Amino acid sequence: MIDKTVADLREAVAGIRDGATVMVGGFGRAGQPVELIDALIDAGASELTIVSNNAGGGDVGLARLIAEGRVRKVVCSFPRQSDSWHFDRAYREGRLELELVPQGNLAERIRAAGAGIGAFYSPTAVGTPLAEGKEHREIDGRTYLLEHPIRADVALISGLRADRWGNVVYRRTARNFGPIMATAATTTVVQVDEIVPLGSLDPEAIVTPGIFVDRVVAVGNRRWLRDGEFVGGVDLQGEPLAERLDDPAATSTAGGDR
Amino acid sequence: MTDRLDRDALARRVAADIPDGAYVNLGIGAPTLVADHLPPGSEVILHTENGMLGMGPAPAPGHVDPDLINAGKLAVTELPGAAYFHHADSFGMMRGGHLDLCILGAFQVSQTGDLANWSTGAPDAIPAVGGAMDLAIGAKDVYVMTDLMTKGGESKLVAACTYPLTGVGCVTRVYTDRAVFDVTPEGFAVRELFGTTTLDELRELTGLALTVVVEAATPEES
Repeated sequence: MIDKTVADLREAVAGIRDGATVMVGGFGRAGQPVELIDALIDAGASELTIVSNNAGGGDVGLARLIAEGRVRKVVCSFPRQSDSWHFDRAYREGRLELELVPQGNLAERIRAAGAGIGAFYSPTAVGTPLAEGKEHREIDGRTYLLEHPIRADVALISGLRADRWGNVVYRRTARNFGPIMATAATTTVVQVDEIVPLGSLDPEAIVTPGIFVDRVVAVGNRRWLRDGEFVGGVDLQGEPLAERLDDPAATSTAGGDR
Repeated sequence: MTDRLDRDALARRVAADIPDGAYVNLGIGAPTLVADHLPPGSEVILHTENGMLGMGPAPAPGHVDPDLINAGKLAVTELPGAAYFHHADSFGMMRGGHLDLCILGAFQVSQTGDLANWSTGAPDAIPAVGGAMDLAIGAKDVYVMTDLMTKGGESKLVAACTYPLTGVGCVTRVYTDRAVFDVTPEGFAVRELFGTTTLDELRELTGLALTVVVEAATPEES
């Protein structure tokens, strides 16, 4: 019998060693596995290389991991946000290394790792400073850059529901990097709102098949859903709105940029 | 009559050139305004690189969904017919040439269509590129929407970019507050003048030998 369910968040992140490369899903706060990151902080691993689109915002999740001094290097496309003060400070003080990767190359390098591709040629970034040091090759009259896969020891991602086989469905744009990161890590850990009985996920709608997943952990429903239905009443950080529902901050607090 | 269009009028002007049925990515900032001016009834499908086609406008107050955001990380909505997909598929749509049009902001555009819009090269700046380089080289057409002049009074249309490039030879048209320009093998060609702006003024402002593609027209808004 296969049961990838783990009892709690501590068990979900068990075994992540100092110096590990950890993929962290999410685009801004959407799909960021905040509970798993909190558990990783509690577990104590340091000198981590983090692969993620952003480098955290505000004081939670990835931002807190950086604030706690656990990160040696960040591989991402867009670290700078209006609320990325923890990354900004660590970077300016020389406490972490940054590998800046165009977002599409980041995604494809992760996908390539999961799909067993040795390397590939991409047209993105040709003629820009991010092409420096990369092999250039002309194919059918167009210039490409050689891009290598990005693998990880662990992927931490967030889905909506999973079953004990590790089949996962996501919600809206919180899907983002989850499905590709799930394929590219030695150990893939997925936090979901709820774990449902085997057979209750529509096989036609499963986005990440369980073969890519090693551990699933339930963290409870997100605030803006009730019985799986959207009820709103939160800001972009998922925090409950004050009684004034017309608060303009509710639609403009996400930290801007990409 | 003034010599330029304001942001909304420019967004309306850009929107008028987007054909029904086009798949379009709107960059962060001013290009986002174009969504508010698409002709009623036209089915222009908006792509957001964080994994969605069929993006709708901002939600009503109290209905922000943290799982439903655009590339600028602002709350959006889902239109009937919308689809979600992961990041590799999303950028495959661009890189694979499936997206009809991308509208981006710019620091500089060169007369050969080079785009600089991600970094001013300031040594103390924290670098961040996001999807800009993928967007620049991916879509079938790349339009830039920007003021012609910087706040410091320098032309954003240049002979050669001095800022770090986002993409090489990728821009096909530039919509500015003063005029619309096509990027042609002979350099920038003025497609349309706004307000009282004249070709000679544009040549003076940009320092470029501009050609003309069509008779200068004045849109009704100005």
